[in-house]
Amino acid sequence: MNRALALHLIVVAALAAGIFLLPVYHATNLARIMVLAVFAMGYNLAFGYTGLLSLGHAMFFAAGMYAAGLGITLGGWPAGLALLAGPLAGGALALAAGALALRTAGVSFMIVTLMLAQAGYLTILYYTPITRGEEGFVLAQGLRRIGAFDLSQDLNRGLFALGLFTAGLLLSLALVRARFGRIMVAMRENEERSRMLGYNPFTVKLAVMGISGAYAGAAGAAYALLFGSVGASFGAIAFSILPLLWVLLGGAGTTLGPLLGAGLMFYLTDIASSYTSAHQFVVGAALLVLVLFAPRGILGALRERGLKWLP
Amino acid sequence: MLKLEGVSGGYGAVQVLRGFSLEVPPGQVTCLMGRNGAGKTSALRAIMGQLRLSAGSITLNGQALHSLPAEEVPKTGIGYVPQGRRLFGPLSVQENLTIGLMTRRRGADQLERVLTLFPRLRERLTQRASTLSGGEQQMLAIGRALCLEPSVLLLDEPSEGLQPSMVALIRETVLRLKAEGVATLLVEQRAETVLALADQVAFVSAGAVAEVFARESLTKDHPAFGRWVGI
Repeated sequence: MNRALALHLIVVAALAAGIFLLPVYHATNLARIMVLAVFAMGYNLAFGYTGLLSLGHAMFFAAGMYAAGLGITLGGWPAGLALLAGPLAGGALALAAGALALRTAGVSFMIVTLMLAQAGYLTILYYTPITRGEEGFVLAQGLRRIGAFDLSQDLNRGLFALGLFTAGLLLSLALVRARFGRIMVAMRENEERSRMLGYNPFTVKLAVMGISGAYAGAAGAAYALLFGSVGASFGAIAFSILPLLWVLLGGAGTTLGPLLGAGLMFYLTDIASSYTSAHQFVVGAALLVLVLFAPRGILGALRERGLKWLP
Repeated sequence: MLKLEGVSGGYGAVQVLRGFSLEVPPGQVTCLMGRNGAGKTSALRAIMGQLRLSAGSITLNGQALHSLPAEEVPKTGIGYVPQGRRLFGPLSVQENLTIGLMTRRRGADQLERVLTLFPRLRERLTQRASTLSGGEQQMLAIGRALCLEPSVLLLDEPSEGLQPSMVALIRETVLRLKAEGVATLLVEQRAETVLALADQVAFVSAGAVAEVFARESLTKDHPAFGRWVGI
Protein backbone atom coordinates (compact mmCIF):
# COMPACT_ATOMS: atom_id res chain seq x y z
CA MET A 1 0.00 0.00 0.00
CA ASN A 2 1.46 3.39 -0.87
CA ARG A 3 1.62 6.22 1.63
CA ALA A 4 -1.02 8.38 -0.09
CA LEU A 5 -3.64 5.64 0.16
CA ALA A 6 -2.49 4.86 3.70
CA LEU A 7 -2.97 8.51 4.70
CA HIS A 8 -6.47 8.54 3.27
CA LEU A 9 -7.40 5.36 5.12
CA ILE A 10 -6.00 6.79 8.35
CA VAL A 11 -8.17 9.89 7.88
CA VAL A 12 -11.23 7.70 7.32
CA ALA A 13 -10.38 5.65 10.42
CA ALA A 14 -10.00 8.85 12.48
CA LEU A 15 -13.39 10.07 11.29
CA ALA A 16 -14.93 6.70 12.17
CA ALA A 17 -13.45 6.94 15.64
CA GLY A 18 -14.88 10.46 15.94
CA ILE A 19 -18.37 9.21 15.20
CA PHE A 20 -18.19 6.70 18.04
CA LEU A 21 -16.18 8.68 20.56
CA LEU A 22 -17.22 12.32 20.24
CA PRO A 23 -20.14 13.82 22.20
CA VAL A 24 -23.40 13.91 20.22
CA TYR A 25 -23.09 17.61 19.38
CA HIS A 26 -19.66 17.21 17.82
CA ALA A 27 -20.51 13.85 16.21
CA THR A 28 -23.46 15.54 14.50
CA ASN A 29 -21.18 18.36 13.39
CA LEU A 30 -18.76 15.78 12.05
CA ALA A 31 -21.51 14.15 10.00
CA ARG A 32 -22.48 17.55 8.62
CA ILE A 33 -18.85 18.36 7.80
CA MET A 34 -18.40 15.06 5.97
CA VAL A 35 -21.48 15.68 3.82
CA LEU A 36 -20.34 19.23 3.07
CA ALA A 37 -16.86 17.87 2.31
CA VAL A 38 -18.41 15.65 -0.38
CA PHE A 39 -19.87 18.81 -1.90
CA ALA A 40 -16.44 20.44 -1.67
CA MET A 41 -14.67 17.39 -3.14
CA GLY A 42 -16.84 17.65 -6.23
CA TYR A 43 -16.10 21.36 -6.41
CA ASN A 44 -12.41 20.62 -6.03
CA LEU A 45 -12.42 18.31 -9.05
CA ALA A 46 -13.78 21.16 -11.17
CA PHE A 47 -11.87 24.06 -9.64
CA GLY A 48 -8.80 22.60 -7.98
CA TYR A 49 -7.86 20.03 -10.60
CA THR A 50 -9.40 21.35 -13.82
CA GLY A 51 -9.34 25.10 -13.21
CA LEU A 52 -13.08 25.63 -13.64
CA LEU A 53 -13.96 28.44 -11.25
CA SER A 54 -17.71 27.91 -11.00
CA LEU A 55 -19.90 30.21 -8.95
CA GLY A 56 -22.97 28.09 -9.50
CA HIS A 57 -22.43 24.83 -7.67
CA ALA A 58 -25.21 25.57 -5.19
CA MET A 59 -27.71 24.74 -7.91
CA PHE A 60 -26.30 21.22 -8.24
CA PHE A 61 -26.42 20.73 -4.46
CA ALA A 62 -29.98 22.07 -4.41
CA ALA A 63 -30.93 19.88 -7.38
CA GLY A 64 -29.89 16.79 -5.44
CA MET A 65 -31.56 18.05 -2.28
CA TYR A 66 -34.88 18.83 -3.97
CA ALA A 67 -34.81 15.68 -6.12
CA ALA A 68 -34.56 13.64 -2.94
CA GLY A 69 -36.89 15.80 -0.83
CA LEU A 70 -39.66 16.22 -3.38
CA GLY A 71 -39.22 12.62 -4.51
CA ILE A 72 -40.12 11.54 -1.00
CA THR A 73 -42.85 14.09 -0.23
CA LEU A 74 -44.53 14.27 -3.64
CA GLY A 75 -43.49 11.04 -5.31
CA GLY A 76 -43.66 8.81 -2.26
CA TRP A 77 -40.22 7.41 -3.05
CA PRO A 78 -38.37 5.30 -0.51
CA ALA A 79 -35.31 6.98 1.02
CA GLY A 80 -32.87 4.73 -0.89
CA LEU A 81 -34.30 5.78 -4.24
CA ALA A 82 -34.33 9.42 -3.16
CA LEU A 83 -30.63 9.19 -2.31
CA LEU A 84 -29.86 7.76 -5.74
CA ALA A 85 -31.82 10.55 -7.40
CA GLY A 86 -29.50 13.15 -5.85
CA PRO A 87 -26.32 12.51 -7.87
CA LEU A 88 -28.36 11.86 -11.00
CA ALA A 89 -30.16 15.22 -10.70
CA GLY A 90 -26.98 17.10 -9.77
CA GLY A 91 -24.97 15.45 -12.54
CA ALA A 92 -27.63 15.97 -15.21
CA LEU A 93 -28.09 19.63 -14.30
CA ALA A 94 -24.32 20.15 -14.26
CA LEU A 95 -24.03 18.65 -17.74
CA ALA A 96 -26.78 20.96 -19.02
CA ALA A 97 -25.27 24.02 -17.31
CA GLY A 98 -21.79 23.01 -18.47
CA ALA A 99 -22.93 22.65 -22.08
CA LEU A 100 -23.88 26.33 -21.94
CA ALA A 101 -21.26 27.77 -19.61
CA LEU A 102 -18.25 25.97 -21.12
CA ARG A 103 -18.69 27.93 -24.31
CA THR A 104 -17.08 30.68 -22.25
CA ALA A 105 -13.93 30.77 -20.14
CA GLY A 106 -12.37 32.67 -17.24
CA VAL A 107 -14.44 35.51 -15.83
CA SER A 108 -17.24 34.89 -18.34
CA PHE A 109 -17.51 31.30 -17.11
CA MET A 110 -17.83 32.54 -13.53
CA ILE A 111 -20.56 34.98 -14.50
CA VAL A 112 -22.53 32.49 -16.59
CA THR A 113 -22.46 29.86 -13.82
CA LEU A 114 -23.45 32.52 -11.29
CA MET A 115 -26.31 33.63 -13.51
CA LEU A 116 -27.54 30.07 -14.06
CA ALA A 117 -27.42 29.37 -10.32
CA GLN A 118 -29.37 32.54 -9.62
CA ALA A 119 -31.95 31.42 -12.20
CA GLY A 120 -32.14 28.09 -10.36
CA TYR A 121 -32.57 29.83 -7.02
CA LEU A 122 -35.34 32.06 -8.39
CA THR A 123 -37.02 28.99 -9.88
CA ILE A 124 -37.15 27.43 -6.41
CA LEU A 125 -38.74 30.63 -5.07
CA TYR A 126 -41.13 30.90 -8.03
CA TYR A 127 -42.50 27.46 -7.29
CA THR A 128 -42.90 28.18 -3.59
CA PRO A 129 -46.24 26.33 -3.39
CA ILE A 130 -44.27 23.15 -4.15
CA THR A 131 -40.80 23.92 -2.80
CA ARG A 132 -41.93 26.01 0.20
CA GLY A 133 -39.39 28.65 -0.88
CA GLU A 134 -37.09 30.19 1.72
CA GLU A 135 -39.02 28.55 4.53
CA GLY A 136 -38.33 25.10 3.09
CA PHE A 137 -39.79 21.92 4.45
CA VAL A 138 -38.91 19.19 6.87
CA LEU A 139 -38.69 15.52 6.02
CA ALA A 140 -40.47 13.58 8.72
CA GLN A 141 -38.34 11.16 10.69
CA GLY A 142 -40.35 8.16 9.53
CA LEU A 143 -39.59 8.94 5.89
CA ARG A 144 -35.84 8.92 6.43
CA ARG A 145 -35.29 5.18 6.71
CA ILE A 146 -33.60 2.70 4.42
CA GLY A 147 -35.32 -0.47 5.54
CA ALA A 148 -34.61 -0.70 9.25
CA PHE A 149 -31.71 1.78 9.01
CA ASP A 150 -32.99 5.05 10.49
CA LEU A 151 -30.96 7.89 8.99
CA SER A 152 -32.21 10.36 11.58
CA GLN A 153 -30.65 8.40 14.42
CA ASP A 154 -27.34 9.95 15.57
CA LEU A 155 -25.02 6.98 15.09
CA ASN A 156 -26.63 5.91 11.81
CA ARG A 157 -26.38 9.46 10.51
CA GLY A 158 -22.68 9.51 11.26
CA LEU A 159 -22.11 6.10 9.70
CA PHE A 160 -24.00 6.99 6.56
CA ALA A 161 -22.13 10.30 6.21
CA LEU A 162 -18.86 8.42 6.73
CA GLY A 163 -19.79 5.88 4.04
CA LEU A 164 -20.68 8.61 1.57
CA PHE A 165 -17.55 10.57 2.39
CA THR A 166 -15.30 7.51 2.10
CA ALA A 167 -16.80 6.57 -1.26
CA GLY A 168 -16.41 10.14 -2.50
CA LEU A 169 -12.84 10.42 -1.22
CA LEU A 170 -11.61 7.13 -2.65
CA LEU A 171 -13.33 7.82 -5.96
CA SER A 172 -11.76 11.26 -6.04
CA LEU A 173 -8.33 9.79 -5.24
CA ALA A 174 -8.70 7.14 -7.93
CA LEU A 175 -9.86 9.72 -10.44
CA VAL A 176 -7.01 12.18 -9.93
CA ARG A 177 -4.43 9.41 -10.00
CA ALA A 178 -5.86 7.90 -13.17
CA ARG A 179 -4.97 9.09 -16.64
CA PHE A 180 -8.09 11.20 -16.72
CA GLY A 181 -6.83 13.05 -13.66
CA ARG A 182 -3.61 13.95 -15.49
CA ILE A 183 -5.66 15.30 -18.36
CA MET A 184 -7.70 17.40 -15.92
CA VAL A 185 -4.50 18.96 -14.57
CA ALA A 186 -3.20 19.45 -18.12
CA MET A 187 -6.39 21.36 -18.95
CA ARG A 188 -5.93 23.56 -15.90
CA GLU A 189 -2.29 24.25 -16.68
CA ASN A 190 -2.52 24.87 -20.41
CA GLU A 191 -5.70 24.24 -22.33
CA GLU A 192 -4.22 25.22 -25.68
CA ARG A 193 -1.26 22.84 -25.23
CA SER A 194 -3.64 20.04 -24.27
CA ARG A 195 -5.56 20.62 -27.47
CA MET A 196 -2.26 20.39 -29.38
CA LEU A 197 -1.77 16.94 -27.89
CA GLY A 198 -5.14 15.87 -29.24
CA TYR A 199 -7.55 16.48 -26.36
CA ASN A 200 -10.87 18.25 -26.77
CA PRO A 201 -11.08 20.70 -23.84
CA PHE A 202 -14.86 21.03 -24.07
CA THR A 203 -15.44 17.29 -23.76
CA VAL A 204 -13.00 16.87 -20.88
CA LYS A 205 -14.37 19.85 -18.95
CA LEU A 206 -17.97 18.84 -19.55
CA ALA A 207 -17.21 15.38 -18.17
CA VAL A 208 -15.62 16.97 -15.09
CA MET A 209 -18.64 19.25 -14.63
CA GLY A 210 -20.92 16.21 -14.75
CA ILE A 211 -18.88 14.34 -12.13
CA SER A 212 -18.59 17.45 -9.98
CA GLY A 213 -22.34 18.06 -10.20
CA ALA A 214 -23.02 14.43 -9.24
CA TYR A 215 -20.90 14.88 -6.10
CA ALA A 216 -22.83 18.06 -5.24
CA GLY A 217 -26.16 16.34 -5.90
CA ALA A 218 -25.19 13.34 -3.77
CA ALA A 219 -24.24 15.70 -0.93
CA GLY A 220 -27.51 17.62 -1.31
CA ALA A 221 -29.62 14.47 -1.18
CA ALA A 222 -27.66 13.15 1.79
CA TYR A 223 -28.04 16.45 3.62
CA ALA A 224 -31.81 16.34 3.12
CA LEU A 225 -32.10 12.76 4.34
CA LEU A 226 -29.65 12.99 7.24
CA PHE A 227 -30.71 16.34 8.66
CA GLY A 228 -34.29 16.39 7.45
CA SER A 229 -34.36 19.91 6.03
CA VAL A 230 -34.80 21.12 2.47
CA GLY A 231 -34.78 24.83 1.65
CA ALA A 232 -34.06 27.46 -0.97
CA SER A 233 -31.12 28.87 1.00
CA PHE A 234 -29.08 25.85 -0.12
CA GLY A 235 -29.47 27.11 -3.69
CA ALA A 236 -28.51 30.72 -2.91
CA ILE A 237 -25.31 32.37 -4.04
CA ALA A 238 -23.69 32.10 -0.61
CA PHE A 239 -23.85 28.35 -0.91
CA SER A 240 -21.93 28.56 -4.19
CA ILE A 241 -19.20 30.64 -2.59
CA LEU A 242 -18.76 28.33 0.41
CA PRO A 243 -17.25 25.33 -1.42
CA LEU A 244 -14.81 27.70 -3.10
CA LEU A 245 -13.71 29.00 0.30
CA TRP A 246 -13.46 25.51 1.81
CA VAL A 247 -11.32 24.32 -1.09
CA LEU A 248 -9.12 27.42 -1.00
CA LEU A 249 -8.63 27.04 2.74
CA GLY A 250 -7.86 23.31 2.70
CA GLY A 251 -5.84 23.35 -0.51
CA ALA A 252 -7.15 23.42 -4.07
CA GLY A 253 -6.02 20.41 -6.05
CA THR A 254 -5.46 18.22 -2.99
CA THR A 255 -7.79 15.32 -2.24
CA LEU A 256 -8.00 15.95 1.49
CA GLY A 257 -8.13 19.74 1.25
CA PRO A 258 -11.94 19.90 0.94
CA LEU A 259 -12.43 18.00 4.23
CA LEU A 260 -9.89 20.12 6.04
CA GLY A 261 -11.30 23.36 4.65
CA ALA A 262 -14.93 22.46 5.35
CA GLY A 263 -14.09 21.32 8.88
CA LEU A 264 -12.00 24.34 9.79
CA MET A 265 -14.46 26.82 8.32
CA PHE A 266 -17.39 25.08 10.02
CA TYR A 267 -15.78 25.30 13.45
CA LEU A 268 -14.36 28.77 12.86
CA THR A 269 -17.87 30.02 12.10
CA ASP A 270 -19.34 28.03 14.98
CA ILE A 271 -16.86 29.33 17.54
CA ALA A 272 -16.87 32.92 16.23
CA SER A 273 -20.67 33.05 16.27
CA SER A 274 -20.70 32.13 19.95
CA TYR A 275 -18.73 35.32 20.70
CA THR A 276 -20.04 37.82 18.17
CA SER A 277 -22.87 38.28 15.71
CA ALA A 278 -20.24 39.55 13.27
CA HIS A 279 -18.80 36.07 12.87
CA GLN A 280 -18.48 36.50 9.10
CA PHE A 281 -15.96 39.24 9.83
CA VAL A 282 -13.81 36.75 11.74
CA VAL A 283 -14.08 34.24 8.89
CA GLY A 284 -13.13 36.95 6.38
CA ALA A 285 -10.10 37.95 8.45
CA ALA A 286 -8.99 34.32 8.65
CA LEU A 287 -9.25 34.01 4.89
CA LEU A 288 -7.19 37.15 4.41
CA VAL A 289 -4.46 35.67 6.59
CA LEU A 290 -4.61 32.49 4.56
CA VAL A 291 -4.32 34.29 1.23
CA LEU A 292 -1.35 36.26 2.53
CA PHE A 293 0.59 33.40 4.11
CA ALA A 294 -0.60 30.21 2.38
CA PRO A 295 -2.14 31.13 -0.96
CA ARG A 296 -2.27 27.49 -2.01
CA GLY A 297 -4.23 26.50 1.09
CA ILE A 298 -3.04 24.48 4.06
CA LEU A 299 -2.34 21.18 2.30
CA GLY A 300 -1.12 23.01 -0.79
CA ALA A 301 1.47 24.75 1.40
CA LEU A 302 2.48 21.44 2.99
CA ARG A 303 2.86 19.88 -0.43
CA GLU A 304 5.05 22.76 -1.53
CA ARG A 305 7.21 22.45 1.58
CA GLY A 306 8.08 18.80 1.49
CA LEU A 307 5.04 16.52 1.26
CA LYS A 308 5.29 16.33 -2.52
CA TRP A 309 3.56 12.96 -2.58
CA LEU A 310 0.27 14.43 -1.30
CA PRO A 311 -2.30 13.80 -4.04
CA MET B 1 4.36 15.55 -47.66
CA LEU B 2 3.07 18.52 -45.65
CA LYS B 3 1.86 21.19 -48.04
CA LEU B 4 0.68 24.75 -47.43
CA GLU B 5 -0.86 26.42 -50.46
CA GLY B 6 -1.78 30.11 -50.52
CA VAL B 7 -2.54 30.16 -46.79
CA SER B 8 -3.92 33.47 -45.54
CA GLY B 9 -5.25 34.14 -42.09
CA GLY B 10 -4.69 35.84 -38.79
CA TYR B 11 -6.05 36.86 -35.45
CA GLY B 12 -9.40 38.62 -35.78
CA ALA B 13 -9.07 41.52 -38.17
CA VAL B 14 -5.27 41.31 -38.20
CA GLN B 15 -4.01 39.36 -41.20
CA VAL B 16 -0.60 37.79 -40.47
CA LEU B 17 -0.30 35.19 -43.22
CA ARG B 18 -0.78 36.41 -46.77
CA GLY B 19 -0.58 33.64 -49.34
CA PHE B 20 1.91 31.44 -47.45
CA SER B 21 2.97 28.45 -49.58
CA LEU B 22 5.51 25.78 -48.62
CA GLU B 23 6.20 22.09 -49.13
CA VAL B 24 7.82 20.06 -46.35
CA PRO B 25 9.12 16.84 -47.90
CA PRO B 26 9.03 13.66 -45.81
CA GLY B 27 12.18 12.81 -43.91
CA GLN B 28 13.79 16.18 -44.50
CA VAL B 29 14.52 19.21 -42.35
CA THR B 30 12.94 22.44 -43.55
CA CYS B 31 13.97 25.62 -41.76
CA LEU B 32 11.92 28.78 -41.58
CA MET B 33 13.87 32.01 -41.15
CA GLY B 34 12.77 35.61 -41.08
CA ARG B 35 12.54 38.71 -38.97
CA ASN B 36 10.33 38.97 -35.89
CA GLY B 37 6.69 39.28 -36.91
CA ALA B 38 7.32 37.83 -40.37
CA GLY B 39 4.79 35.03 -39.77
CA LYS B 40 6.96 31.99 -38.93
CA THR B 41 5.22 31.05 -35.69
CA SER B 42 1.84 31.91 -37.21
CA ALA B 43 2.54 29.43 -40.02
CA LEU B 44 3.12 26.67 -37.43
CA ARG B 45 -0.03 27.70 -35.57
CA ALA B 46 -1.98 27.61 -38.82
CA ILE B 47 -0.82 24.03 -39.44
CA MET B 48 -1.98 23.10 -35.93
CA GLY B 49 -5.41 24.65 -36.49
CA GLN B 50 -4.82 27.47 -34.04
CA LEU B 51 -5.09 30.27 -36.57
CA ARG B 52 -8.26 31.09 -38.46
CA LEU B 53 -7.66 30.77 -42.20
CA SER B 54 -9.35 33.08 -44.69
CA ALA B 55 -7.89 31.37 -47.76
CA GLY B 56 -5.66 28.51 -48.84
CA SER B 57 -5.23 24.90 -47.84
CA ILE B 58 -2.99 22.79 -45.60
CA THR B 59 -2.65 19.08 -46.38
CA LEU B 60 -0.63 16.18 -45.03
CA ASN B 61 -0.22 13.37 -47.55
CA GLY B 62 -3.36 14.63 -49.29
CA GLN B 63 -5.47 14.84 -46.11
CA ALA B 64 -6.88 18.32 -45.52
CA LEU B 65 -5.80 19.61 -42.11
CA HIS B 66 -7.36 23.06 -42.36
CA SER B 67 -10.90 21.67 -42.04
CA LEU B 68 -10.13 19.62 -38.92
CA PRO B 69 -10.79 20.77 -35.34
CA ALA B 70 -7.48 21.72 -33.70
CA GLU B 71 -7.51 18.69 -31.37
CA GLU B 72 -7.73 16.32 -34.36
CA VAL B 73 -4.61 17.66 -36.10
CA PRO B 74 -2.09 15.94 -33.76
CA LYS B 75 -3.84 12.62 -34.41
CA THR B 76 -2.90 12.86 -38.11
CA GLY B 77 0.76 12.57 -37.12
CA ILE B 78 1.97 16.10 -36.46
CA GLY B 79 3.86 16.94 -33.29
CA TYR B 80 4.26 20.55 -32.20
CA VAL B 81 6.79 22.01 -29.79
CA PRO B 82 5.85 25.65 -29.30
CA GLN B 83 8.14 28.44 -28.30
CA GLY B 84 8.48 28.56 -24.52
CA ARG B 85 7.89 24.77 -24.17
CA ARG B 86 4.61 25.08 -22.24
CA LEU B 87 4.91 21.98 -20.13
CA PHE B 88 2.41 20.88 -17.52
CA GLY B 89 4.50 22.12 -14.60
CA PRO B 90 2.88 20.30 -11.65
CA LEU B 91 2.95 16.93 -13.43
CA SER B 92 5.99 14.68 -13.37
CA VAL B 93 8.18 13.99 -16.38
CA GLN B 94 6.55 10.60 -16.80
CA GLU B 95 3.05 12.07 -16.57
CA ASN B 96 3.87 14.72 -19.16
CA LEU B 97 5.05 12.01 -21.52
CA THR B 98 2.10 9.74 -20.77
CA ILE B 99 -0.35 12.49 -21.68
CA GLY B 100 1.33 12.63 -25.07
CA LEU B 101 1.10 8.84 -25.43
CA MET B 102 -2.57 8.60 -24.57
CA THR B 103 -3.97 10.51 -27.52
CA ARG B 104 -2.65 8.11 -30.11
CA ARG B 105 -2.87 5.14 -27.77
CA ARG B 106 0.86 4.49 -28.00
CA GLY B 107 2.34 2.33 -25.33
CA ALA B 108 5.58 1.49 -23.63
CA ASP B 109 7.51 1.08 -26.91
CA GLN B 110 7.08 4.70 -27.86
CA LEU B 111 7.91 5.86 -24.33
CA GLU B 112 11.06 3.73 -24.44
CA ARG B 113 12.01 5.29 -27.77
CA VAL B 114 11.72 8.77 -26.28
CA LEU B 115 13.70 7.81 -23.19
CA THR B 116 16.42 6.28 -25.37
CA LEU B 117 16.59 9.53 -27.30
CA PHE B 118 16.77 11.56 -24.07
CA PRO B 119 18.41 9.40 -21.37
CA ARG B 120 18.44 12.39 -19.01
CA LEU B 121 14.63 12.22 -18.85
CA ARG B 122 14.82 8.62 -17.67
CA GLU B 123 16.75 9.83 -14.61
CA ARG B 124 14.09 12.46 -13.93
CA LEU B 125 10.91 10.45 -14.49
CA THR B 126 9.34 11.24 -11.12
CA GLN B 127 10.52 14.83 -10.97
CA ARG B 128 8.04 17.65 -11.52
CA ALA B 129 8.40 19.28 -14.93
CA SER B 130 8.54 22.76 -13.42
CA THR B 131 11.72 21.85 -11.52
CA LEU B 132 13.73 20.80 -14.61
CA SER B 133 16.46 22.96 -16.12
CA GLY B 134 15.71 24.86 -19.32
CA GLY B 135 17.46 22.25 -21.46
CA GLU B 136 15.71 19.37 -19.75
CA GLN B 137 12.38 21.12 -20.19
CA GLN B 138 13.07 21.44 -23.90
CA MET B 139 13.94 17.74 -24.07
CA LEU B 140 10.68 16.95 -22.33
CA ALA B 141 8.69 19.22 -24.66
CA ILE B 142 10.22 17.48 -27.69
CA GLY B 143 9.81 14.07 -26.06
CA ARG B 144 6.15 14.73 -25.34
CA ALA B 145 5.56 15.69 -28.97
CA LEU B 146 7.40 12.54 -30.09
CA CYS B 147 5.05 10.42 -27.97
CA LEU B 148 2.46 11.17 -30.65
CA GLU B 149 4.78 9.26 -33.03
CA PRO B 150 4.63 12.07 -35.57
CA SER B 151 5.67 11.87 -39.19
CA VAL B 152 6.14 15.65 -39.11
CA LEU B 153 7.59 17.57 -36.16
CA LEU B 154 7.14 21.33 -35.83
CA LEU B 155 9.79 23.00 -33.66
CA ASP B 156 9.53 26.68 -32.82
CA GLU B 157 12.93 28.04 -31.85
CA PRO B 158 13.89 25.03 -29.69
CA SER B 159 17.40 26.27 -28.93
CA GLU B 160 16.31 29.71 -27.72
CA GLY B 161 17.93 30.57 -24.39
CA LEU B 162 19.78 27.25 -24.04
CA GLN B 163 23.44 26.65 -23.27
CA PRO B 164 25.65 25.43 -26.15
CA SER B 165 25.70 21.79 -24.99
CA MET B 166 21.90 21.68 -25.04
CA VAL B 167 21.78 23.34 -28.44
CA ALA B 168 24.14 20.64 -29.71
CA LEU B 169 21.91 17.94 -28.20
CA ILE B 170 18.85 19.34 -29.92
CA ARG B 171 20.69 19.48 -33.24
CA GLU B 172 21.72 15.88 -32.78
CA THR B 173 18.12 14.94 -31.96
CA VAL B 174 16.79 16.55 -35.13
CA LEU B 175 19.34 14.64 -37.20
CA ARG B 176 18.48 11.35 -35.50
CA LEU B 177 14.79 11.93 -36.17
CA LYS B 178 15.61 12.71 -39.76
CA ALA B 179 17.45 9.40 -40.00
CA GLU B 180 14.29 7.72 -38.70
CA GLY B 181 12.26 9.37 -41.46
CA VAL B 182 10.61 12.16 -39.45
CA ALA B 183 10.19 15.43 -41.35
CA THR B 184 10.98 18.54 -39.32
CA LEU B 185 9.77 22.07 -39.85
CA LEU B 186 12.08 24.18 -37.74
CA VAL B 187 11.79 27.86 -36.92
CA GLU B 188 15.33 29.00 -36.16
CA GLN B 189 17.20 32.29 -35.96
CA ARG B 190 20.80 30.99 -35.85
CA ALA B 191 22.34 30.68 -39.30
CA GLU B 192 24.91 28.11 -38.16
CA THR B 193 22.18 25.81 -36.80
CA VAL B 194 20.20 26.17 -40.00
CA LEU B 195 23.21 25.41 -42.15
CA ALA B 196 24.04 22.38 -39.99
CA LEU B 197 20.56 20.87 -40.14
CA ALA B 198 18.50 22.05 -43.07
CA ASP B 199 17.80 20.30 -46.34
CA GLN B 200 15.95 23.40 -47.47
CA VAL B 201 15.58 26.90 -46.06
CA ALA B 202 12.50 29.06 -46.54
CA PHE B 203 12.80 32.78 -45.84
CA VAL B 204 9.58 34.33 -44.60
CA SER B 205 8.64 37.97 -44.94
CA ALA B 206 5.33 39.81 -44.53
CA GLY B 207 3.32 36.63 -43.98
CA ALA B 208 4.55 34.72 -47.04
CA VAL B 209 7.50 32.62 -48.14
CA ALA B 210 9.76 35.02 -50.01
CA GLU B 211 12.48 32.61 -51.17
CA VAL B 212 13.33 28.93 -50.79
CA PHE B 213 16.86 27.58 -51.11
CA ALA B 214 18.25 24.08 -51.12
CA ARG B 215 20.94 23.73 -48.43
CA GLU B 216 23.64 23.17 -51.02
CA SER B 217 23.11 26.60 -52.53
CA LEU B 218 23.50 28.45 -49.21
CA THR B 219 26.64 29.58 -47.44
CA LYS B 220 26.94 31.63 -44.26
CA ASP B 221 27.61 34.80 -46.23
CA HIS B 222 24.77 34.28 -48.69
CA PRO B 223 22.96 37.61 -49.27
CA ALA B 224 19.57 36.00 -48.46
CA PHE B 225 20.48 36.02 -44.74
CA GLY B 226 21.07 39.76 -44.85
CA ARG B 227 18.05 40.42 -47.01
CA TRP B 228 15.45 38.45 -45.02
CA VAL B 229 16.89 38.05 -41.53
CA GLY B 230 19.27 40.98 -41.17
CA ILE B 231 22.27 38.82 -40.23
